[in-house]
Amino acid sequence: MLFDKFQTMANFQAELAARHVKPFGAVTEEILSATEGVVQGRRVILAGTNNYLGLSYDPRCIKAAQDAAARWGTGTTGSRLANGSFAEHQALETEIAQFYGVDHAIVFSTGYAATMGMCSTLAGPGDTILLDADSHASIYAGVKLSGADIIRYKHNDPDDLAKRLRRLGERASQTLIIAEGIYSMLGDVAPLRDIAAVKREYGGYLFVDEAHSMGVLGETGRGAAQAAGVEADVDFVAGTFSKSLGAIGGFCVSRHAELEAIRFCISAYIFTASSAPSIIASTRAALRIIVAEPQLRRQLWDNANRLYDGLKALGLPVGPTASPVVAVEMADRSATIDCWNALMQAGVYVNLVILPASPSTNFLLRNSVSAAHSSAQIDTIIAAYAGLVSAGLITPTNKVN
Amino acid sequence: MTDYQEYLNFLISALASQNKKQLVLSENTALVADIGLSSLEVMEFIEKIEDHFDISIPLNILPDVNTIGDLARKVRDLNL
Repeated sequence: MLFDKFQTMANFQAELAARHVKPFGAVTEEILSATEGVVQGRRVILAGTNNYLGLSYDPRCIKAAQDAAARWGTGTTGSRLANGSFAEHQALETEIAQFYGVDHAIVFSTGYAATMGMCSTLAGPGDTILLDADSHASIYAGVKLSGADIIRYKHNDPDDLAKRLRRLGERASQTLIIAEGIYSMLGDVAPLRDIAAVKREYGGYLFVDEAHSMGVLGETGRGAAQAAGVEADVDFVAGTFSKSLGAIGGFCVSRHAELEAIRFCISAYIFTASSAPSIIASTRAALRIIVAEPQLRRQLWDNANRLYDGLKALGLPVGPTASPVVAVEMADRSATIDCWNALMQAGVYVNLVILPASPSTNFLLRNSVSAAHSSAQIDTIIAAYAGLVSAGLITPTNKVN
Repeated sequence: MTDYQEYLNFLISALASQNKKQLVLSENTALVADIGLSSLEVMEFIEKIEDHFDISIPLNILPDVNTIGDLARKVRDLNL
């Protein structure tokens, strides 16, 4: 009885095994560069790693990590509130706050812990949270723990947000509004200019998760809020070190001094060990590179546009606008698995996405682009998709198959 | 003030288009176990109720809702 609820998943995994495909937890046996590796015995272009700026393999970041490991050891073995706050952690908090032009920052051990921790703590019983319906699982996990009233607004729909704030009446000004910069699965950008305007009209506190937009959007890479010119309306920005910064970890920054008290109330911060110093050091190095080398963002967007335009020209159902995340939506699970497998055979690793990660009942072939991809690699990815069309695995209708 | 029966009547009428099994709906009819609503259909139904009564139904009250009657009581309480 206890295990009955896992049977559907067990059956799905058995189906995948019978078809000799392993899209979930595919083992990378070797990393050759930021954009190439050996996955399940096959040399592939990595087109599903969120390594937007290619910094996971930057020699400066690697050297910083090596030096920190030699100096500080391999781990802190403790919580930030106990023995786990090294000078490296404190320095990164200062630097990430400076990067965002605010005074307060918290560094977490993972991006999941950052968003889950903040969302579970900022609002509590008696408060209200309004979150985008397509929010990341870490946000849903956090708000569920908060004890607050949880209300969803339609994905990227400021009018629906406004309607729901109006319905709250006087409670609107005490509401936590949650949006993301770039949504991770389809790559669409939140209409933060309009969301910020709604917030100004009704009140509330705006929390933006820039996990997939930090280093990607904005004049200096601060994300979607900077790109929309509404940073002054954002109360809390969360993000991750595991994407554009090429490491692992998360953060929250704020202009509110109360963040320093909030820090001591977040279970996901208190009851877990802090990041290894090597990770913090490579993150600091990557942050310096983001500041010093804005051309990385231009290269990323050149590649994103190249892939998006290429897949769209093939007639594949991609999103409405180009983005470093380019997802091909399909309705049939079996066909999507066949496509994923064929892409692997063609030397391209992408993400296969199913519920609950997919924001709808559709299945996704999710591509993420890197500044480190060469034009030739992008063209190889496009050619692999053209192979799916030629093989009749996907119909080029510009609509979900 | 709308009373429980009025909320119940609206919920039953709003479910007509999703009542594929043509069940005779009552306050004891379970939304998922009896009618067979998917999670997406539940959310569509909730939105219909929200717009009709101009309210927002918090997600966190839904785990306690099994039947149409359960939901009618929750909606009534939100409007008190």
